[in-house]
Amino acid sequence: MSIGDWGHLSVIVAFVAAVVSALGYYMAARGRALGEADTAWLKLGRGGFAVHSLAVIGVIVTLFGIIYGHRYEYYYAWSHSSNHLPVHYMISCFWEGQEGSFLLWIFWHVLLGAALMRMARQWEAPVMAVFAGVQLFLMSMILGVTVGSLKIGSSPFILMREFMPDLPVYKLNPDWVPQDGKGLNALLQNYWMVIHPPTLFLGFALTLVPFAYAIAGLWKGELTKWVQPAIRWSLWGGGVLGIGIMMGAYWAYETLNFGGYWNWDPVENAVYIPWLVLVAGLHALVLWQRGRTGLRTAFALVVATFLLVLYATFLTRSGVLGNASVHSFTDLGLSGQLILYLAAFVVLSIGMLVWRWKSIPVSEKELTMYNPELWVFIGATVLCLGAFQVLVTTSIPVYNAFVGFFGVKSNLALPADQIAHYTKIQLWMGVGVAVLSGIAQLMWWQKNDKESVSNTFTIPAMLTLLGAALVILLVRQNGHQMTLPYIALLTTGLFGVLANLGMLLQLLRRKVRISGGAVSHIGVALMLLGILASAGYSNIISKNTSGLLYSREMPEEINRDNVLLWRNDATKMGPYELTYTGQYFDVPSVPEYVNKELLFPVMNDEYKAVARGEIKVGDKSYYKAGDTLEIRPEDTYYRVVYKHKDSGEDFVLFPRAQVNEEMGGLLASPDIKLFWDHDIYSHVSSVPDPTKEKDWSEAKEFTVSMNDTLFLNDYFAVFKNAEPAHNTAGLGLGKGDIAVQGDIIVYGEKGRQYHVHPVFVVRNGGMVGRVPDEIEDLGLRITLDNIDPQKGKFTFGVSTTQKDYVILKAMEKPFINLLWSGTLLMGFGFALAIYQRGRKPKPAPAVAKASKKQVQAA
Amino acid sequence: MKKTHLLALVVIALAIGIVMATAGDASVYVSFKEAKELAADGDLRKVHVVGRLPHDAGNNIVGMQYNPTLDPNYFTFVLVDTNRVHQQVVYFNPKPQDFEKSEQVVITGNMRNDVFVADKILLKCPSKYVENEVKGATAAR
Repeated sequence: MSIGDWGHLSVIVAFVAAVVSALGYYMAARGRALGEADTAWLKLGRGGFAVHSLAVIGVIVTLFGIIYGHRYEYYYAWSHSSNHLPVHYMISCFWEGQEGSFLLWIFWHVLLGAALMRMARQWEAPVMAVFAGVQLFLMSMILGVTVGSLKIGSSPFILMREFMPDLPVYKLNPDWVPQDGKGLNALLQNYWMVIHPPTLFLGFALTLVPFAYAIAGLWKGELTKWVQPAIRWSLWGGGVLGIGIMMGAYWAYETLNFGGYWNWDPVENAVYIPWLVLVAGLHALVLWQRGRTGLRTAFALVVATFLLVLYATFLTRSGVLGNASVHSFTDLGLSGQLILYLAAFVVLSIGMLVWRWKSIPVSEKELTMYNPELWVFIGATVLCLGAFQVLVTTSIPVYNAFVGFFGVKSNLALPADQIAHYTKIQLWMGVGVAVLSGIAQLMWWQKNDKESVSNTFTIPAMLTLLGAALVILLVRQNGHQMTLPYIALLTTGLFGVLANLGMLLQLLRRKVRISGGAVSHIGVALMLLGILASAGYSNIISKNTSGLLYSREMPEEINRDNVLLWRNDATKMGPYELTYTGQYFDVPSVPEYVNKELLFPVMNDEYKAVARGEIKVGDKSYYKAGDTLEIRPEDTYYRVVYKHKDSGEDFVLFPRAQVNEEMGGLLASPDIKLFWDHDIYSHVSSVPDPTKEKDWSEAKEFTVSMNDTLFLNDYFAVFKNAEPAHNTAGLGLGKGDIAVQGDIIVYGEKGRQYHVHPVFVVRNGGMVGRVPDEIEDLGLRITLDNIDPQKGKFTFGVSTTQKDYVILKAMEKPFINLLWSGTLLMGFGFALAIYQRGRKPKPAPAVAKASKKQVQAA
Repeated sequence: MKKTHLLALVVIALAIGIVMATAGDASVYVSFKEAKELAADGDLRKVHVVGRLPHDAGNNIVGMQYNPTLDPNYFTFVLVDTNRVHQQVVYFNPKPQDFEKSEQVVITGNMRNDVFVADKILLKCPSKYVENEVKGATAAR
């Protein structure tokens, strides 16, 4: 049996074991009260899950072995990996494909399931029945078994010749194995892509735990006891998923070139929606624990969160998004299976909710304005409305597909300006969240009446108004506009920060451990302010003022957001003077990028180059001329020097362009200069294709003697000397070969001098070879065509090409650090809350009544 | 009326508002003919048009012009929609790098005077397998 057969066998074992485990746990819990599970069936359930877990780990080890061993006879390895991929990115190519990402999700469920088997106690049987049921569903997605004409799941262990049996090469050689894989998408070769997907899938997996508890509670009629464990797990889920989403945002900011961190792409939205609902559900759970209200809401939202996770899976993996998204997975033909499972879970869980709805306890007391519970409840509602809006718009391609299924053709498209569309509504959700989190937090810790409320609110409200007025003044002073929605978000955001901060300071005096809610609310309010500043006032500094030639055609104002930078020509841009100075390569063994002009390409191996001169960084020398070194040829870095006009200070950015055939050309990634109060973000929008041969003019011949001057088009040059050429620049000189190199100094712009060394080789057998030398700065190429030793004359051929340039877009992102630091605070707040709930013994209701102030963290 | 009922009413009203806003902002896939009719009616809403690039006998793209040294923010090309209507499109941005390779082009924007001004271009590239099959197989021989 081959390694792939072992893998496939493990998949099948894992699937069957999940079925057995689900059955065992189900039978153990069926018809029995909570905690009185049938021991024999329970043993079967546990055993099944243990076997399932081992088999899943077996699948993962096998798949990684295939990738690590470069076994390109397997489609998965060929499609996602390559010979030159560093090991840490082999981990990311594991989940680049659909099957691997399902495996990652399954893996987290295995770990969480194991934790629950130890910790869930009386809940174990019903909760694990749900868990194993979900595992069964996920395993079937990678099962790769065909029953009749029905294909169930897509196996990651499929062979190349099974996947593409029509490849002509298999007719000649059925055992053909590709020499190299297609490689990991270059955009994913980023350290965030090593940790972002696992974090996100851990977040996904964590939403299953509260869902499983809720279903178990409905099933067993234990409608209140599930809240306690569900809160802790929801805190984990909210924190991990929130951080995971923001990791993705940071990756997009650093790697993609749409000019920001969030693009309202359906794939991003698909994760954002369940997170909002999860956080709303968390608040509803806390409401029940503290105020004995909102339990029905909590049930509904916890169930909805998991269903939305399944819906997100359907959106991103079924191909229904089609043109609407740039980075959904490729369609594996699993949409039928996905819809089936989605429908099954929707019907089952909503059915159970309806069945028990009437028996879920509701609070008899009417909430008043002085109940913080009311404000928390409204806050959760605002979150749900925000999620609803994103859901309605993101699902537009689904409506088309749905009515298309009934033969109706719909031509509905996503909004043309998605950012404006979402911002219009999400901004108000932000306003609501900021203001309500402040109000609820201030009222949460005290008994409220008219007097106490006005006492508590006066100081934060005054400070907020003062602060907001000051900021508005400053913004106006700097010549920016501030519209009403922006003012609203600024004011409420400030209120959110100040109210929660004020509460935090009080709490710190009283008891540090209950501050998790306040900390994460400060984080969220800071994030809102950061988004307002960095997105609302993102300022394009590469406004083009020249190139007005075509604009007469268009009387309307058109943004011209890109500038052309000729190599070594300083260009004014905003407050900066920019100079593009050349192309650089990433040499893994050298800490800084290396100028392409120092590297001579090696024939037949694009991953190697020969150093033309000494490569050093600072005082440390890394390579001497003639050394062969390894490079990463797919990335070209364009060195751009920014010099501030007033201060004279300068910095260097290296925006990158990647050759990426799979995505059809060149992909630009930005480089970002971080300042404490803003970022300078810039990327190339267009460059002469580095993979294309340049168009050289016909060579012009010059026959000269030493120290003669050559008049080239725009420059002049002096032929200094001719000397024996060393065995550099990949000449591959053998014994008896003679090589001569000319030394020409070309005088470029601003007195810059370039040494050019074209080489003339006479091989042992009398063959003549010429190695041209190029000055990329000037677009010049010089060959040493002939040598007349008698007359001491040398003939040079000079050809020219268009000068090198880049087209650059640059923008300023003010106060973006507020967003990132707010994210960290939010995560820290979640962590604090988890820690508190882990330590605190369950407060008995009687105790809670006795000391009203000692309540749980919000 | 109980407060919860009032809240529920407000929520329903807001939800309806959200659906209306989405319906109002949603764009449509149209042909160039419809895009022209919309513009003639004074409707400046941005639309989606799906089309292909016209090729001549030598498999070169016809009517495409981008001269970055003259104006890096002006790119124009001809798009043929599904009804085979040819239309000049102007895009006030640099030419997308992989433009020539695309099989299908989706543009968003609207007609102004005689040209379609696009503010977004989505490219659909040929299935990634085709090219690689050939490449992998030749490397083996």
